[in-house]
Amino acid sequence: MQALDAIVQNYNYAITVFLMVSGLYIVIASGNMIKKIVGLSLFQTSVYLLYISAGKILGGTAPIIDRNYTIYSNPLPHVLILTAIVVGIATVALGLAIVARIHEEYGTIEEDEIFKETGL
Amino acid sequence: MKLDLILRVTTKAILPFILLFALYVHFHGDYGPGGGFQAGVIAAGMVILYSIVFGVEAAQRVISQRLVATMVPLGVLIYGATGVISFLYGANYLDYGVLGHDSKHGHHLGILLVESGVIITVAGTMTAIFYAFVQRGR
Amino acid sequence: MELYINMALLTMLAAVTVAIIVQRDLFSVVILSGIYSFLMASVLIVLDAVDVAMTEASVGAGISTVVLIGTLYLTGQKRELNYHRSIAVPLFVSLGTGAMLIWGTWGLPAFGIQDAPVHTHIAPTFLLESIPETGVPNVVTTVLADYRSFDTFGETTVIFTAGLGVMLLLGGSRRKKKKGETKS
Repeated sequence: MQALDAIVQNYNYAITVFLMVSGLYIVIASGNMIKKIVGLSLFQTSVYLLYISAGKILGGTAPIIDRNYTIYSNPLPHVLILTAIVVGIATVALGLAIVARIHEEYGTIEEDEIFKETGL
Repeated sequence: MKLDLILRVTTKAILPFILLFALYVHFHGDYGPGGGFQAGVIAAGMVILYSIVFGVEAAQRVISQRLVATMVPLGVLIYGATGVISFLYGANYLDYGVLGHDSKHGHHLGILLVESGVIITVAGTMTAIFYAFVQRGR
Repeated sequence: MELYINMALLTMLAAVTVAIIVQRDLFSVVILSGIYSFLMASVLIVLDAVDVAMTEASVGAGISTVVLIGTLYLTGQKRELNYHRSIAVPLFVSLGTGAMLIWGTWGLPAFGIQDAPVHTHIAPTFLLESIPETGVPNVVTTVLADYRSFDTFGETTVIFTAGLGVMLLLGGSRRKKKKGETKS
């Protein structure tokens, strides 16, 4: 019972770590730049999960004040992550624009082919 | 061309409701989930849907590139100007208390003004990004 | 109950992540990342972050997918090519990072308890003062646009800068077309 409890308690943190590690793995292991950017956004999204998990109170409700409720989850992480999501799409769009330009210049978006072409 | 008749008619029918939903999310953001960011993205989604179904030229006849390029800095300017107005009333930058006839209404008005700046910038930027990607391909 | 819904959604999230790792078809990767964003939005609703969930659903699953498909269209690449890269180094780096992160989570307070340090400092003030000071019931909006409005101003500027960057990178004419012309 205690072991099950420990799993339930730490499940959010475990998944956060897994998502972050997977994102990092895709960014390093994949040579394709579009997949790299998808990995980068996985990495960002894991941070959202960590923050929102910290702000959650079990039995609480969303932080919109109402007479019928007294316990609210913490609104501060929500604000920080709202900011982070929109900045995240901005960086992803900029990264993809650079990928499109790289394709125009080199005719490929595979890292290894570009390295071969430039002799690095 | 005839096969996508249903798609075209349905798109035309739901476009105003998407825009209405965006405005609802924007103005109801004080009382429920939502706000400038979400509303801006939904409004940009309307333009994207229209361009996907009817072609980007048709979309640019309604929402021209010039208009989009104006919206991007305009929102930031509205946000910044709200702070400057508080300056002129003798308060700190972005201190909304002085905007209304009492502090509470001032804060409410300030939040709405700032969120309006956000919705204009976000809607403009997302549409501009979409236009940039589509036009590069031709 | 919400704890178990949360766990089920998180497990699906992990499954989609594994699918993204092993998938080599780029269109599938893009669609899977859209599914991932929708699942993440559902998790965020269970965790009471309704505003964040709405943003993640519209931005992550909507705009992000559109931009990714736009890039696929521009580059015309369908599959990730297999170059027999060594997976030892990335595996070592990411697992090492994972070990350090797990070590870091040991110090964190248990999930969902009410007296965690994060809930004691400034959040109660926000929750209590929002209605008397501004008359806005949605505390996230109040904090975003009022108490932390400098932060949001900076963020709006970041979006402006990103839009400017994309327009500068993709807006001009292609260089390849000019290659036939004489360079003056």
